[in-house]
Amino acid sequence: MTTATATPPPTATPDVEPPRTRAVLLRALALAVAALAVLSVTRVVSGAQDLTSSGTAGAALRLAIPIMLAGLAGLWSERAGVVNIGLEGMMVLGTWCAAYGSLHFGPWAGVLAGILGGAMGGLVHAMATVTFGVDHIVSGVALNLLGPGVARFLSSLLFTGSEGGGVTQSPQVEQPATFTVPWLSDALLSVERRRTFLLSDTAGVLRGLVTDVSWVTVLAVLLIPASIYVLWRTRFGLRLRSCGENPYAAESLGVNVYLYKYLAVVISGGLAGLGGAFLSLVATNIYREAQTGGRGFIGLAAMIFGNWRPGGLALGAGLFGFTDALQLRQGETSVHALFLALAIGLGLFGVWLVVRRRPVAGALSLVLAAGSLALFTLTDTVPAQFTSATPYVTTLLVLALASQRLRMPAADGLIYRKGTAK
Amino acid sequence: MSRLDPRRIGAALVAPVMAFVTAIVLSSVVLLIAGHAPTTAFRSMFDFGTQPDNMVNILNKSAGYYLSALAVAIGFRMNLFNIGVDGQYRLAAMCAAVVGAAVTLPGPLHIALIVLVAVVVGAVWAGIAGALKVYRGVSEVISTIMLNYIGTAIVAFMLTPQVFAELENNIVKTPELDSSAWFPGITTSGGEVYGFIVVSALVGLGYWFLLGRTRFGFDLRATGMSEPAAVASGVDVKRMVVASMLLSGGVAGLVGMPILLGASHSYGQDFPSGMGFTGIAIALLGRNHPIGVGFAAILWGFLDVSNQILDLEGIPKEIVTIMQGIIVLAVVVAYEVVRRWRINAEQRRVAAQLGGPQAPSSPSTSPAGVA
Repeated sequence: MTTATATPPPTATPDVEPPRTRAVLLRALALAVAALAVLSVTRVVSGAQDLTSSGTAGAALRLAIPIMLAGLAGLWSERAGVVNIGLEGMMVLGTWCAAYGSLHFGPWAGVLAGILGGAMGGLVHAMATVTFGVDHIVSGVALNLLGPGVARFLSSLLFTGSEGGGVTQSPQVEQPATFTVPWLSDALLSVERRRTFLLSDTAGVLRGLVTDVSWVTVLAVLLIPASIYVLWRTRFGLRLRSCGENPYAAESLGVNVYLYKYLAVVISGGLAGLGGAFLSLVATNIYREAQTGGRGFIGLAAMIFGNWRPGGLALGAGLFGFTDALQLRQGETSVHALFLALAIGLGLFGVWLVVRRRPVAGALSLVLAAGSLALFTLTDTVPAQFTSATPYVTTLLVLALASQRLRMPAADGLIYRKGTAK
Repeated sequence: MSRLDPRRIGAALVAPVMAFVTAIVLSSVVLLIAGHAPTTAFRSMFDFGTQPDNMVNILNKSAGYYLSALAVAIGFRMNLFNIGVDGQYRLAAMCAAVVGAAVTLPGPLHIALIVLVAVVVGAVWAGIAGALKVYRGVSEVISTIMLNYIGTAIVAFMLTPQVFAELENNIVKTPELDSSAWFPGITTSGGEVYGFIVVSALVGLGYWFLLGRTRFGFDLRATGMSEPAAVASGVDVKRMVVASMLLSGGVAGLVGMPILLGASHSYGQDFPSGMGFTGIAIALLGRNHPIGVGFAAILWGFLDVSNQILDLEGIPKEIVTIMQGIIVLAVVVAYEVVRRWRINAEQRRVAAQLGGPQAPSSPSTSPAGVA
């Protein structure tokens, strides 16, 4: 790990190292403050009060967690070189198993059942891709067919007949406990109500993050530093990542690549299952068909957005969660106000680029900012049908703008056979 | 070796048959665990599915499935994953229905215009993913999935009563097409088969000709098999990516046409969705071969139609969805197993002909890892 500081950095930025951790944290904090300032200006100008309300922040957190877990699931698998597009199917298994577990053995057993259900899906994917060497995308697509099919079959077998249950949904189930930080939440509420520039916005966002939070959310958030630690600070993690970068080199050093790939994909399935459990136990209190709503795919997009890093994918998931929350809370006004935020953000970015002597990119950014501003001033609201597409449009835009600078694990998606190194 | 060598055909059939048998065995196990007799289930499905009116239904369903699978297969042949067929065909059918209802034209022209609109819309929607891949390096897997959702939002917007649709019998749908745009059906004893099924078959023929008999098809397959080799022989891979995405999207645009022109004559909330994902499964099952895909489409149609009887027998019809999932997974695994088996057999044959004392060890029997 220390060699990276001695040698000139490779074209791709090296992975997070101890001395840089603080700098990264500081940069993240600066980015958060800047984003909050832009949103605050937007709120004051456009009058879309829900942009930074505690309700939006809370909803954003609740909506971001499943996406983040799906992204983390994708990260574990792809770091070991297995593309996991079957996340959606594994999440579906998670939602069903969690509801079933909670119904019969209590909410925390439900969470565990969800993890196990997803892990089963991961095991199937690992068998197909690692043992049988099937194309990763193909196996993932098959899992996305299989997951909902199994959930539906099991529902018709085990949920029909019970009260409120049926082929497409479970009876209502018990949720894991939530908590509110006692006096902090009230104190923040009083600040939020004053509607002061920036201060109230900060209070609103913070209050959303400390009010009515599920313990599952806390667990999920802790999984980010845990993943960073395990994947980048332990021998196990180094070996796992080496399977995704160059499995033949790993093999030559005595790493059991098949075993590591299996473990990574099963863990990946478990994380996706936890994301599913979150949907059926925390976000709602019921299993419903099509509940995952493509979050497995968006999680994958968040992971790519985050350049196959836990911190980055958390940021991506937060962004998607936020846009998703906005469309739920006065979507037509809030998403419309987002154009102004976009204009301000792009404008600042454009000026920064010009200062950094990149006039062409800067000009492009400024033109986009102007277009965004025009959209904001010329229209009043965004039709409800389009607000639901916000996260997907965001994903596509972000990928279109940033994908050239992304670097995926070198052997990601390639089929590895033991002993076939050339 | 002739293309119609019986051994070749036999080898090509081993994998799908293996997969189908696996799926039947596994779903039988599931049924047994759930306390149902598998034989009753399969027999009643077969009896139900072979009744004339249900056979017509199966054919009608497979007309769209076939097109969807061909659209996916075009991408597969050059290692492009067009997961977005679903969004492409729904957006295309929606736009085609709106344009078709807005104009008055004599029969064949009217139909031609509707089909043209559908093809163009499908191609454009897929082309976005192609352009993003070529110019911005965005994986087509992610971009087509995102475009599916965005397409869904656009269709939902167009389907609101004030925009392009109207409320009729509690279902929001586009205005009905004039009868000049109804594609004539084929009358049989079991009912009317969509006339568009002929177009589907022609597209299959075109697919076979384009990929197997033209320079473009050769370049496309070459790119799929080995991109460096294709580049070395002068293929412009970027152009091929955009061209095959446009082609795939164009065919995807046709997927909704059998239903739109043959039965519904409007695009409503009840217009079938999810056929794009079914197409992926069928293309995998049919091995991207125009005839194989045809059989796979009919099998899928059969499973879709005949599962209706299971509820009457008290068996959850969802078992069929599981069966379909297992078939796809089993078929890809089976192809891989058969492929390895053939490589090993070939190696043994060569070794025997060379008269060596020992067959060379195959990759799978190399010494165990040192871990």
